[in-house]
Amino acid sequence: MQATSSVRESLITGGKTVRDVSEDISRHVENKPTTLWWIAMGISLILFAFGFYCLAALLWEGIGVWGLNKTVGWAWDITNFVWWVGIGHAGTLISAILLLFRQKWRMSINRAAEAMTIFAVICAATFPLAHMGRLWLGFYWALPLPNTWGSLWANFNSPLLWDVFAISTYFTVSLVFWYIGLIPDFAVIRDRATRMGNKTRAAIYNALSFGWDGAAKTWMRYESVALILAGLSTPLVLSVHTIVSFDFATSVVPGWHTTIFPPYFVAGAIFSGFAMVLTLLIVTRKVFKLEDYITIYHIELMNIVIIITGSIVGIAYITEFFVAWYGMVPAEFYAFYNRATGPYWWAYWSMMTCNVISPQLFWFKKIRTNIAATFVLSIIVNIGMWFERFVIIVTSIHRDYVPSSWSMFYPTMYDLGEYIFTFGLFFTAFFLFAKFFPVINMAEVKSIIKSSSEKKH
Amino acid sequence: MSSTGEKFLVGIFDDEDILLHGVEGIRGKGVKIHEVYTPFPVHGLDEALGYKRSRLPIAAFLFGLTGTILALVMQIWMLGFDWPMIIGGKNFVSLPPFIPVTFELTVLLSALGMVATFFIVSDMKPYKTPRSYDIRSTDDKHVMAIDLTANKMSKEEIGQILKANGASEVNEKNF
Repeated sequence: MQATSSVRESLITGGKTVRDVSEDISRHVENKPTTLWWIAMGISLILFAFGFYCLAALLWEGIGVWGLNKTVGWAWDITNFVWWVGIGHAGTLISAILLLFRQKWRMSINRAAEAMTIFAVICAATFPLAHMGRLWLGFYWALPLPNTWGSLWANFNSPLLWDVFAISTYFTVSLVFWYIGLIPDFAVIRDRATRMGNKTRAAIYNALSFGWDGAAKTWMRYESVALILAGLSTPLVLSVHTIVSFDFATSVVPGWHTTIFPPYFVAGAIFSGFAMVLTLLIVTRKVFKLEDYITIYHIELMNIVIIITGSIVGIAYITEFFVAWYGMVPAEFYAFYNRATGPYWWAYWSMMTCNVISPQLFWFKKIRTNIAATFVLSIIVNIGMWFERFVIIVTSIHRDYVPSSWSMFYPTMYDLGEYIFTFGLFFTAFFLFAKFFPVINMAEVKSIIKSSSEKKH
Repeated sequence: MSSTGEKFLVGIFDDEDILLHGVEGIRGKGVKIHEVYTPFPVHGLDEALGYKRSRLPIAAFLFGLTGTILALVMQIWMLGFDWPMIIGGKNFVSLPPFIPVTFELTVLLSALGMVATFFIVSDMKPYKTPRSYDIRSTDDKHVMAIDLTANKMSKEEIGQILKANGASEVNEKNF
């Protein structure tokens, strides 16, 4: 029948059967939440509440509560926006690009990674919305809606408007893709609840599962839909961070005006996204005892993606410097010289250490298969990626052409509060997801049990 | 639920490879299979059952094309004809800046349209309760439903064919 390749390691360990998959993954949906879950949820909600206060203050007072000034008109808001959007990229990469490349190891991690994508994009969207100040007018500024000023339409020549379309399309398509994947698994929980006699749960998951019955014809259509959604999401995910990079690259600000930005941003996005997936999954596999499904092998493969994308990002940093020197434009050269040696040197070197040097440790097999080391490095990578965006944004604009316009950026409590707000939102959403939704795609994992599971001896 | 008088013979298969061979064997004996319900996609089952390829890709393409046309017409009409404005001395209508929005709307309409089509043709909607031939079909069993009224053979004959082709259980189910 089907042979197990001796070259590849098993993707599912512990001699699991198809039955065990339903059992192990549905268990946490069916059991009462643990104390640990309540504590984690409580902390997230406190962060959320504090952030919400800061957000309300911003909407009440205006964006003057942030530390922006005439020179630095964009700082933490756009830094956090790009950071969160970047994190979101790993989910789609795993579910779409790895599907097209038929990488079976995606199956244990795609569900949680896609959830992370959706929540990260929501977090990202809060920053441009908040930065509008008058949020209630945002619809007219951001969308081509008829209005009483003419209609004075939105400007389709602006990369900021492209962003609106890119991010909202990305969010919608990711959400649909994620939900399509969840439907068969909701049906599993529905039928288990029916067998256990839990009517409430059966009714809720019946509503969510859209009457899924697993008919061969539906599966055939379902696979066709998944493949096309993957084909659509692949250029989509690349377009999103490309368009985010256009926010900077289409300007004439020294330090931003570079054609290297689109590929460099996309690589950075995947880099930070995989780091966040690792941070979340290392905790999730431990808490829900999913070590047989998310194995060291999965972690190692993700670490390899981190080395590759981290190195691409490193080369991009060096290329930018080379081009700034080789291009012989004084303003451009100064922007980069100031980045590395000016008042924000510490941010620049934090970025270099965290993003370029630290992931190189993953060349050692001992480190990339060590869970504690991976966990620490995954957080370091995301700190580095936050600094990358901060460095690109603030160091390029804080020294304007005229020295009398030179300035520094100092964040206020409200800048910090906004960032905390998104953490509260992200983790609240993720913990709710982890409790009420199956965190691993059961149907997909079941389909590889025969070929990729370690056999019982 | 009132009875519809439909009678089914339900064969349970434990393994996808046995199921695939079983489907070929059972169809080879001239038994008409109503449908097979599986907990996960079984590759080759659609061909074994003789299903034609899904036409959803065509739907996806047409919806995508609608998105492309809609986006281009919207942008050209709004910025070129309805309220032309000079922005940085650029042309009112120039294609390159319109490409990002055109691309995004193509993807958006294609994805949403295709998924909506999928839900409609598969008759999937919230709160719909599916007909269950065997509740284990979402867990670990492959369930084959055979409509007795659509087959000329007797119940016993079909039951024997199912058993001979790898079914671990054969049950009756009436609706």
